[in-house]
Amino acid sequence: MTPVLQAKGLTKRYGRVVAINGSDLELYPGEILAVIGDNGAGKSSLIKALSGALVPDEGEIYLDGRQVHFRTPMDARAAGIETVYQTLAVAPGLDIADNLFLGREQRKPGPLGSVFRMLDRGRMRSEAKRHMSELGVATLQNIGQPVESLSGGQRQAVAVARSAAFGSKVVILDEPTAALGVKEGNRVLQLIRDVRDRGLPVILISHNMPHVFEVADRIHIQRLGRRATVITPKSHSMSEAVAIMTGAAEPPPEPV
Amino acid sequence: MATTATADFDVRKNDSLGLRVQHILHANPVLGPLAVLVVAIIAFSIVNGRFLTATNLSLVLQQVTVIATLALGQTLIILTAGIDLSAGAIAVFSSILTATFCVDAGMPGIVALLLGFACGTAMGAINGFLVTRLKLPPFIVTLGTLTIFFSLNSVVSNSETVRGTDMPSLMTWTGNSIPIGNFRLTYGSIIMLLLFAYFFYALSRTAWGKHVYATGDDAEAARLAGIQTGRVLFSVYTVAGLLYAIGGWILIGRLASASPNVGVEYNLDSITAVVLGGTSLFGGRGSVIGTLIGALIVGVFRNGLQLGGVEVVWQGFAIGLLVLVAVSLDQWIRKVKT
Repeated sequence: MTPVLQAKGLTKRYGRVVAINGSDLELYPGEILAVIGDNGAGKSSLIKALSGALVPDEGEIYLDGRQVHFRTPMDARAAGIETVYQTLAVAPGLDIADNLFLGREQRKPGPLGSVFRMLDRGRMRSEAKRHMSELGVATLQNIGQPVESLSGGQRQAVAVARSAAFGSKVVILDEPTAALGVKEGNRVLQLIRDVRDRGLPVILISHNMPHVFEVADRIHIQRLGRRATVITPKSHSMSEAVAIMTGAAEPPPEPV
Repeated sequence: MATTATADFDVRKNDSLGLRVQHILHANPVLGPLAVLVVAIIAFSIVNGRFLTATNLSLVLQQVTVIATLALGQTLIILTAGIDLSAGAIAVFSSILTATFCVDAGMPGIVALLLGFACGTAMGAINGFLVTRLKLPPFIVTLGTLTIFFSLNSVVSNSETVRGTDMPSLMTWTGNSIPIGNFRLTYGSIIMLLLFAYFFYALSRTAWGKHVYATGDDAEAARLAGIQTGRVLFSVYTVAGLLYAIGGWILIGRLASASPNVGVEYNLDSITAVVLGGTSLFGGRGSVIGTLIGALIVGVFRNGLQLGGVEVVWQGFAIGLLVLVAVSLDQWIRKVKT
């Protein structure tokens, strides 16, 4: 099976500091791949390279087997890779529908749209509602509600729904449960499964081991700027994963 | 995503009156300024019977037209969490340039006017360039350009006023009016109201408007969402420059002359109108309707206090108090619990 997204030997240096040092990554269709690693292991640099937020010094990235070169996040987006950043790229003052379509607004057909540049609010709202309910978050009654009036988990749901609605190949989620309570965190985990079950593979970056072991199909362990190994929640326990991550245990020689 | 969570956003019965008011104002930020305006109008008409006459009200509208036009440009900038101290300077300098083009250079009125608009737009673009490219804080940028534009203004005009009668009639056309009974609606006011209508539409119904709000709300989030925030900011400062130049044209009609010595107070008055209108200085929140109301509040207060026999110095005092109340209110509304 060809990976949907594959990275080979990615390297990024900042002066003498090496953020990632020949890191590989494979994401296969229909899976949730968790990326874990200690602080400074190069998780976020690796993810940034995949989402176009940084340009690696060396290495290649392949999407559906074809090599791609991302210079900006927009390039990655255009290629079908959607990223939900930890800082949640939502505009709190705008409503849910506006946020879902932020930067991708749809205009009315005909001269109203082309000449007067009028937005098609009706269509954006109904589509926003559909996207939200497809992911089982239809409980948000009012799609015209400003995002700042939502709870942390609901905001996360808006951001995830946006990535699922527009991502055609890959969805990358950076610490989606970090700022949430137990209940909301579990809802977001379910949301991540829903995204995968709709056929979109997910890369999940998380520090939360229980969450990783609950949803991940495979776990990529990043250590010292490169991939130490790939395990599965079935093959290894949480404490073994942490031991590999921190260098207390030798990684298994062959990636799963 | 707690299925029950939506209920939390409804105003609960056991909320105190203050909390409920806070929620309502948070959802409808224009209500506060509108209430102030209505109360002020009622109060002043009780104090002095002449206040609520058509003649006086048309005077109020004429007095606020220039400030309202400048405040419209100022609103766009403040919505992006910026500030423009050079608004009045650009308006006055544009009006002086326009007058110079037609009087000294002998250009036809329409050419001089369009060239004047182009100069105002260019001045706005300079602000926009400095803010977006050199990444300087808007306050510092416009503090600098304010001083530069005023000094160039004195150089070009030799600090002399150009009389309206020396200019083509197009220059002072904005001061002409259509009588509606005793109410005199100037063409300048009509232009101003049309501009407000247009920007109300542009901010609430176009992608550009959404991007202006998103950029002001959280520039980094807007950028990550794929908005080219630099271009949004540049467009806002440039459009504001054009609006100030149009304000300068309306100013010529209002004064029946182009004077380099007016407009110092316009810089801050335009900010006052925006703030009184409920637009937040922290960006991302507010509306042009609020700004129009804010400008009218300033006009109504000045006029009403005048009619009530309050000295000019105390009028400024009252406006200043109003601003402080408006900003405190904004802070309080922002702390709304979600």
